Amino acid sequence: MKHIISPLDLTVNELDDLLELAGRIYRDPKRYCKVCDGKKLASLFYEPSTRTRLSFEAAMMNLGGNVLGFSSADSSSVTKGESIADTIKVISYYADICAMRHPKEGAPLVASQFSEIPIINAGDGGHNHPTQTLTDLLTIKEMKGGLNNLTIGVCGDLKFGRTVHSLINAMVRYEGIEFVMISPDELKIPEYLRHETLDNNNISYTETNILEDVLPKLDVLYMTRVQKERFFNEEDYIRLKDTFILDRKKMQYANDDMLVLHPLPRVNEIATEVDSDPRAAYFKQANYGVYLRMALIMTLLNLPEPTKEV
Amino acid sequence: MLNIGGLHEGVVIDHIKAGGAMKIYNYLNLEKIDSSIAIIKNAKSNKMGKKDIIKIEAPICVDLNLLAVLDSNITLNYIENDEIVRKEHPVLPTQVTNIIKCKNPRCVTSSETERNLPHTFKLTDSENRIYRCIYCEQKFKGQL
Repeated sequence: MKHIISPLDLTVNELDDLLELAGRIYRDPKRYCKVCDGKKLASLFYEPSTRTRLSFEAAMMNLGGNVLGFSSADSSSVTKGESIADTIKVISYYADICAMRHPKEGAPLVASQFSEIPIINAGDGGHNHPTQTLTDLLTIKEMKGGLNNLTIGVCGDLKFGRTVHSLINAMVRYEGIEFVMISPDELKIPEYLRHETLDNNNISYTETNILEDVLPKLDVLYMTRVQKERFFNEEDYIRLKDTFILDRKKMQYANDDMLVLHPLPRVNEIATEVDSDPRAAYFKQANYGVYLRMALIMTLLNLPEPTKEV
Repeated sequence: MLNIGGLHEGVVIDHIKAGGAMKIYNYLNLEKIDSSIAIIKNAKSNKMGKKDIIKIEAPICVDLNLLAVLDSNITLNYIENDEIVRKEHPVLPTQVTNIIKCKNPRCVTSSETERNLPHTFKLTDSENRIYRCIYCEQKFKGQL
């Protein structure tokens, strides 16, 4: 039985198959609307979430399945002191697949060690969020036509931003990838990522703190939010939060086919005036997230491709 | 030179970084062994200047490779019938359980409800002797 705990749990071939399936679902969703008939998704969210939880639930419903679960730890047995292992052993009898978000890093891995059903990590603290990364890859693949030979700019909080770390870890497996890191000096990528991922894979990258200078050479610009909860000192947060604001003026420096992505929610880092720019792909990205999760549920449940249109 | 009697049968843990013997003593739970144990601190060493040594007069059932996690210079001398029959450098184990404690407060192992979870670390960079928690990837670099 396969679980998805880290974005790297899938080989490049498995990932290609998943993204191909997600693309087919995107182009013809009606064909897949009954493939999960009679199946149930347990949606175990130990902390609040808007997009991820609703995206998982929409994905299961789009496939004709049902959803059960909870949306905060307060409404689960964790308040009575139940362990993750005990919870998942019981849930395994109630559902066919489980999406779990938990504030503690590694909680979904613990669940996978005791589960009789596939576990999907829907975010474990500041650690992994594999379906976000897979969504990012699907968006890039669908909108750029592939995942090789791309120059990807990542901008904002590169020190604490888990989505950026996961994206870098996932993209280094493709050919001809170059990164441009755009961040204030205080929020540069961590040393371990530089050494263990970029240097060990001979990935070319440059670093800057001037967004306009590098925009003309980017195929993809991945913007991130500076997260208040990562700072011990509020003064530092206030000083750094608006370092990079992508606006219409800056977009003039970018190529006509550059994609702007963002895992959302955004705060000030992308001005709303950019939303109407055809290169702004972040809402489309959220839409792709549903198709990606549909494909992932089908893959983990080993469901066959429907033979004819329903 | 301090003279400590030789072993008839047992293990000499040699070339311990000076000052590290007691940590290894505690780490191996040697207080539970009902045999003669000699701890020699700050012994003269041509190679290291000063070193610690532990002599254990008993066959030891623990996997001593675990010591490589703490000190890469250690030498293990196995003694039988008053002679060294084997000399080994402990090899870094690929995974250790309940040897290193994860200190990341955000790790699931720190949860009150998960107190029975084993603390498991995997070797991710043998050159730099780096282990990472399998749950949260918190780094541990072995050193005394």
